[in-house]
Amino acid sequence: MAEIDLKGVDEIIDRYKGEEGVLIQLLLDIQNEFYWISPEAIARISDKMRIPKSQIYRIATFYKAMSLKPVGRHIIQVCLGTACQIRGAPKIMDRVEENLKIKEGATTPDMRFSLRRVNCLGCCAMGPVIVVDGKYHGKVTPVKVKDILEQYE
Amino acid sequence: MEEMPRLNSKDDLNQLRRKIVGQRDLNMPFITLCSGTACHATGSDDVAAAIEAELKKQDLTEKVGVRRTGCHGFCERGPIIVIYPEEICYLNVTPEDVPEIISKTIKEKQIIDRLLYFNSETGERMVHEHDIPFYKYQTRLVFGDNLRIDPTNIEDYIALGGYRALAMVLHEMTPEEVLEEMKRANLRGRGGGGFPTGRKWETTRNASGEPKYVIVNCDEGDPGAYMDRSIMEGNPHRVLEGLTIAAYVIGAHLGFVYVRQEYPLAVSNLAIALEQAKEYGLLGEDILGSGFEFDVKVHRGAGAFVSGESSALMNAIEGKVGEPRPKYIHTSERGVWDKPSNLNNVETYATVPLILEKGADWFTSIGTEGSKGTKIFSLVGKVNNTGLVEVPMGTTLRDIIYKIGGGIGGGKKFKGVQTGGPSGGIIPEQYLDTPVDFDELTKLGSMMGSGGMIVMDEDTCIVDLARYFVDFLCDESCGKCIPCREGLKHMREILEDIVAGRGKEGDIELLKEIAGVMKKASLCALGTTAANPVLSTIRYFGDEYEAHIKEKRCPALVCKDLISYYIDPEKCIACLKCLKNCPEGAIEGEKNKTHVIDQSKCVKCGICFDVCPPKVGAVTKISGVPVPPPVPEEEREIRKGKKNRRRGGRWQ
Repeated sequence: MAEIDLKGVDEIIDRYKGEEGVLIQLLLDIQNEFYWISPEAIARISDKMRIPKSQIYRIATFYKAMSLKPVGRHIIQVCLGTACQIRGAPKIMDRVEENLKIKEGATTPDMRFSLRRVNCLGCCAMGPVIVVDGKYHGKVTPVKVKDILEQYE
Repeated sequence: MEEMPRLNSKDDLNQLRRKIVGQRDLNMPFITLCSGTACHATGSDDVAAAIEAELKKQDLTEKVGVRRTGCHGFCERGPIIVIYPEEICYLNVTPEDVPEIISKTIKEKQIIDRLLYFNSETGERMVHEHDIPFYKYQTRLVFGDNLRIDPTNIEDYIALGGYRALAMVLHEMTPEEVLEEMKRANLRGRGGGGFPTGRKWETTRNASGEPKYVIVNCDEGDPGAYMDRSIMEGNPHRVLEGLTIAAYVIGAHLGFVYVRQEYPLAVSNLAIALEQAKEYGLLGEDILGSGFEFDVKVHRGAGAFVSGESSALMNAIEGKVGEPRPKYIHTSERGVWDKPSNLNNVETYATVPLILEKGADWFTSIGTEGSKGTKIFSLVGKVNNTGLVEVPMGTTLRDIIYKIGGGIGGGKKFKGVQTGGPSGGIIPEQYLDTPVDFDELTKLGSMMGSGGMIVMDEDTCIVDLARYFVDFLCDESCGKCIPCREGLKHMREILEDIVAGRGKEGDIELLKEIAGVMKKASLCALGTTAANPVLSTIRYFGDEYEAHIKEKRCPALVCKDLISYYIDPEKCIACLKCLKNCPEGAIEGEKNKTHVIDQSKCVKCGICFDVCPPKVGAVTKISGVPVPPPVPEEEREIRKGKKNRRRGGRWQ
């Protein structure tokens, strides 16, 4: 996952040919397709779309949805929305961090997990919630964290 | 769906509606399944697959209709299915329940008691959705159609009278007449500002500059609120209809929908809706044969709270960083690409068709003096019935939380309710009878916001919560203006100190002073309202701040640095549960010997507290007093049958 196929980047750039104000949409497409935005991809966009690199970096660093680092095999999202917060989400985050020995926003050195904090997934009835690779685990307690993580290799 | 010729007139639309309705056999068994994001998370996809498989197995595919709808709102009990024509409502349905539902309820018309709503107060089981207290006390004008519509099928919306208001507006009303009606209805913006929609439209309509734009704000970055998402996912055509009406009034021919990419289902249902609306001649050139032309583009937001602010959102639509700009000139006059741009939120647009169809007089008969109509709230937190709730403006907080929300769970005491999102305020118990509308909430130091309503019980530490909001806003502040950027940072530092036991005399005054500057001098609404959670909590829960600062005590027993876990030797039954589960190996003990936490090793994760059997309740949290010294080794043994009881408690 570390290398981004620039052909794929070209295809995405072509989708937006001739349109105005598309940089954010384009970067989102690259993020969704490759899970991160590599320096090579940024160079390619800059080159093909005649947009200064500095402008692309400005956007890519401003938005939470965009990552400038490669991500691990599994993406864990711990919801820290208000509803989850008051139902004990901080304790869940603590447990995940302790188990993986990384802080939120980081990736484990073996590239197994990337850990992210999200502000509300909109399923507050299930809170506290953690999502691993799109699978929702609801009503999580600190005791359950280890078992959930062990399901993913 | 067979190929549908474009609708070229109001009559074409009416005919189509009659045709759709006429083709439907109302006596045919019909299953609707809630498939909003929350139900997706609780397994609605698996239930849908099970229904399909079971119908096939029992050879009923042709005889039973199935519809996957948007959110029904009662997220606590999802996935929800309703079986027509009897309108039997089953909650918390799992794939394992499906075969029984098909053979018993569909085939033999028998009701399965265990899947019904059970009212623990009266001991009754309820068959119909509308009898369940959660629904019974609501007025679902905007949200109610969600359960009757498959959002990916435009004909479901048309069958319920969808696009009728648009047809009427385009063929029978001038833009001025529509504007007049909207102004009379006094619909105030549902996104939080509460500005009258009619007046906003008028400003953009009268502003000089062409072209003009209309924009839907579906950014909804407010954590704990998801009503806009549920409308967009569950009934996108209603939003598009409202948007098109706005475009007609304002004279816009291009609209944008700004939707968070964190809402993938909303993005995809919206895309489908746009395509279908174009196909049916309800969007694009010559809409319904009226000569009016209007098109819509979708812009996905990339995860920035501040981008929900109008000028920031418009920057983002232009492809720039979503930061606010000074609004000496309103965006309604100079917005996207410096052209007049009207921005309303999802719920506001979704209310528009209703007003035009039923009239401003009808609309103003609902609600309070200053706030008309209904409002959807996202009722979450420590409340029994989590979900989306639509009530007339002026309904009291108590009715929303207790009658509809079913009160607080686990026998706990209500502490406060936070309205208005991170920049709102927390309202304490003595104001529970306040009628909820724009003005009343502002008077209490909070605000309506987009409609988040987060209920807290006695286990929530108010100071920690204020810290949480400030921390959130600190991350989300774009950093462009100093009062917001630096003010939040310093408030965060002070609050972090207070919850860590480093609070000092004068902190509260300093917080208030910073808040005052931020309110006066910040560039956009994020900064001017950012201090609300701090100010409202100081106002109503000052004693909790004092306890943290002066006594180094957290009354709610939440703040890690101010609490300790302790095992009461009088209650411990030496079951080994906490000992085995402690991730740090901080608990000593063995079978028949009461357990003791080694405070130097304890990381305060709280697992021992969670696993200690509730009947035993030996693990406790204490704050503000020293942990009692451990019982000497030789006294820890629990004698057969009887515990080694000492007189009196060792701590209070």
